[in-house]
Amino acid sequence: MSMEPTPEEIRDHRVYADFGLTDAEYELICEKLGRAPNYVEVGIFSVMWSEHCSYKNSRPVLSLLPTKGPHVLVGPGEGAGIVDIGDGQAVAFKIESHNHPSAVEPYQGAATGVGGILRDIFSMGARPVALLNSLRFGPLSDGRNRYLFERVVEGIGGYGNCVGVPTVGGEAVFDDAYSGNPLVNVMCVGLIDHDQIQKGVAGGVGNPVFYVGPATGRDGIHGATFASEELNEESEERRPAVQVGDPFMKKLVMESCLELIDSGIVVGIQDMGAAGLTCSSAEMASKAGNGMELYLDRVPCRAEGMTPYEMMLSESQERMLFVVRPEHVDRAREIFERWEVPCVEVGKVTDDGRLRLIFHGEEVGDLPVRGLVDDCPVYERAVERPGYLDMVQSAETLNDPEIAGVQELTAALKAVLADHTVASKRWIYEQFDHMVQGNTVQAPGGDAAVVEVQGTRKALAMALDGDGRHVFLDPYEGGKATVAEAARNLVCVGARPLAVTDNLNFGSPERPEIYFQLHQSVAGMAEACEVLKTPVIGGNVSLYNEHAGQAIYPTPVVGMVGLIEDRDRMIGAGFRGDGDLVAVLGATGADLGGSAFRAVLHGAVDGAPPSVDLQAEARLQDTMLRAVEAGLLSSAHDCSHGGLATTIAEKAIAGGRGANVRLKGDLRGDHHLFSETTGRIVVSAPPEAKEALEAIAADAGVPLSWVGEVGGEELTITVNDELGIESAVADLRDAYEGAIPRRMEKA
Amino acid sequence: MKAAVITFPGSNCDRDCLRALEEIPGCEADSVWHADQDLAGYDLIVLPGGFSYGDYLRSGAIARFSPVMAALKREADRGVTILGICNGFQVLLEAGLLPGAMRRNQSLKFVCKPCELVVDRADSRFSSRFQEGQTLQVPVAHGEGNYYCDDETLKRLHGEGQVVFRYADNPNGSVADIAGITNETGNVLGMMPHPERATRARLGSVDGAEIFGAIFDFVSAGGKS
Repeated sequence: MSMEPTPEEIRDHRVYADFGLTDAEYELICEKLGRAPNYVEVGIFSVMWSEHCSYKNSRPVLSLLPTKGPHVLVGPGEGAGIVDIGDGQAVAFKIESHNHPSAVEPYQGAATGVGGILRDIFSMGARPVALLNSLRFGPLSDGRNRYLFERVVEGIGGYGNCVGVPTVGGEAVFDDAYSGNPLVNVMCVGLIDHDQIQKGVAGGVGNPVFYVGPATGRDGIHGATFASEELNEESEERRPAVQVGDPFMKKLVMESCLELIDSGIVVGIQDMGAAGLTCSSAEMASKAGNGMELYLDRVPCRAEGMTPYEMMLSESQERMLFVVRPEHVDRAREIFERWEVPCVEVGKVTDDGRLRLIFHGEEVGDLPVRGLVDDCPVYERAVERPGYLDMVQSAETLNDPEIAGVQELTAALKAVLADHTVASKRWIYEQFDHMVQGNTVQAPGGDAAVVEVQGTRKALAMALDGDGRHVFLDPYEGGKATVAEAARNLVCVGARPLAVTDNLNFGSPERPEIYFQLHQSVAGMAEACEVLKTPVIGGNVSLYNEHAGQAIYPTPVVGMVGLIEDRDRMIGAGFRGDGDLVAVLGATGADLGGSAFRAVLHGAVDGAPPSVDLQAEARLQDTMLRAVEAGLLSSAHDCSHGGLATTIAEKAIAGGRGANVRLKGDLRGDHHLFSETTGRIVVSAPPEAKEALEAIAADAGVPLSWVGEVGGEELTITVNDELGIESAVADLRDAYEGAIPRRMEKA
Repeated sequence: MKAAVITFPGSNCDRDCLRALEEIPGCEADSVWHADQDLAGYDLIVLPGGFSYGDYLRSGAIARFSPVMAALKREADRGVTILGICNGFQVLLEAGLLPGAMRRNQSLKFVCKPCELVVDRADSRFSSRFQEGQTLQVPVAHGEGNYYCDDETLKRLHGEGQVVFRYADNPNGSVADIAGITNETGNVLGMMPHPERATRARLGSVDGAEIFGAIFDFVSAGGKS
């Protein structure tokens, strides 16, 4: 400890700046303490006041989002949000990012992301029933990107497969914008009974505080700080800031904690995630309006000679903190002994609002709980409309040379299907155990994953969506589109959307044009959440996603969960019965801005992306749910990337059967096939359902056009009677299914 | 029928197996902790899938030293029906109750997908509800399911009719497409595919339920066939 700088040295040499604190923040800390902080104290303040823990840059923006609804049981602020699904049951879910760790140590970075989000869910008392992930990398033509992609997928699988929670869905996008700064967002969904909901409160002055899980090591020190800075060449040196996961220990910690919660003796429980012991102890004390004393000599340590600084800042994985009443201590110990999970009393709840650290009989830290948790300065950053927007939005996207003729158009469709962002993600999800627990009734690959609620007729649908390209081109409309698409994915399987968890992945908020992207896209999301009645019940913010001075596409990712009341009403994306009729719900306009068509065929990311008519979207989704409820539909698939041609091809591939489709309209043939107008769903239905479906659509004012019928082994699509697409479904499948495996095997 | 499902630390298909067994009318299933040392009175003992002890070494290499394993061997010797699924199969190999060993999948990647199995023997207590040559749908989910044995053992396995299930489209590189084998006396079966994940039509197949059903038939008929 003698090696640690003194408070004077910290001040004089601005050691705090290395921890990401500004001069003004340091001054404020001195004011709160009434003295200069020592090394462990300044370390603690720096992680608690990092963007990752304090949301100091994003808080003003987050306040735009609607968070309330009649079914919301727990909103933002706890480990996870919780919504009611009836009959005394509820669903808990949350998303989290592990972008920076995954950029430098992809396997462990991704694995510990899964570990962290699982803890968020079971610390609420919920049993995790599903995991999802949203991944973004640079193009797979580059070796480094392939390495990151391969190892991130292995890391997620290595962890998720072991803990016995199925990984049921997600998305993967490949774009230059994410080279050097991949995005790894993971979401967990859990089931809970209302009366089991836990909160992370250190209640009851005098109650003992317990540490559960493996010993604390020197890994992950300043992980939260690392997460809150830009990546550059020196980021490799941040490898020690990445934690190492132990899914086996996690499984034991999870089962033992769920048993502890089930026993009904827990006063408060919270996971040690970002900023480890520091954040969990301070937050638990803060939520109860109490203080806490920690006896650091008792903290199990992996290495000898660990200092209070290291213990408080370590992000060693699989650890929890809980509080029980003294008379329940024996019962708690018994549970952890049976599971062979270390459980140590490390502190007690106090009434003075201070976080005190005792080490070798000496007080080595004395901090105001409120100051740590609630008094971090909040920054309203400067906002400036980025200069690039006018340029990209005014780009002419409809004057490109027409791709015409059946051969050229069919080749164009295959090229879009083989684009890694559009192509089948089977290569990814077959590496994930998506079936364990025996409730997965829609496996990955559909619009949304569906997991049955055991013992009921209900099922939960879940989807993860982001659209960095559209948000880049128009942050506000892109934000709306992201929410609308997630909701549309849910209604396509027959689920009523309940609520949202969001992960805001952006560049540095200190740059006014980035803050503009953040602010505008969240405002757009907020409007969509209002109209679609899907409140935001929690989420995560990941800023400073930049590499070598270049920010990623602004990428809000929306995780949405919906409820299917009767699992037998669930439908899938693929064509089902020969002779079924094919219909398009929603109208098709000339929306090529930011489309897969322009990116793949013309190498351009430009134009104004489709705007979202939220009222029309709400009517469409309502119509969809009414049609499902009436049992009219055989299949439904959201029409998004790659337009109608791609959507219909995907339905043919998923269903293993062809179709004859005839499109009519004023658009140029290639534009009609590939336009990405939002608010469209392609459905199929038996002929006898035709009139009933028309009536429902007409009643809601939703455009409906019958465009063809299912059957055969070929897909043909004509536009205004001219043959556009003609291909065996098997060939389309080869393009769609083969793209990613071929690229990865070629390496 | 009275069945036991063993939970090792790190087992994660134990609940799924219990559920599959409880769905059989007339079947009673207990969860048994790996530290228990008594397995007397059970007609069926299931070693479920998962990652016992994290499988950081070789899959099943540590679980075979669990306290419950001595009792399991005793019951196996007595002829009690034992079913090892996935990690359970790996544990049975490590414990020497079945011949051969598991290697990492040929792809070196974990693989989870529906799988087509061919019934090689319909006269075992695990497959009596099927016809020889019949194809079944039962999913796999493993990283180390690449079964290996030497030529002599393979010859013996075939000669003694110990290969019960084969893959129609080998997902992991297993010798002779082997998906499930029994011991010489036919009371111990190890299989990589997960029958407990093929027990309801909504999951895509009910063929797995028929495997549990066949065991139920055998036990109900007095346990001697």
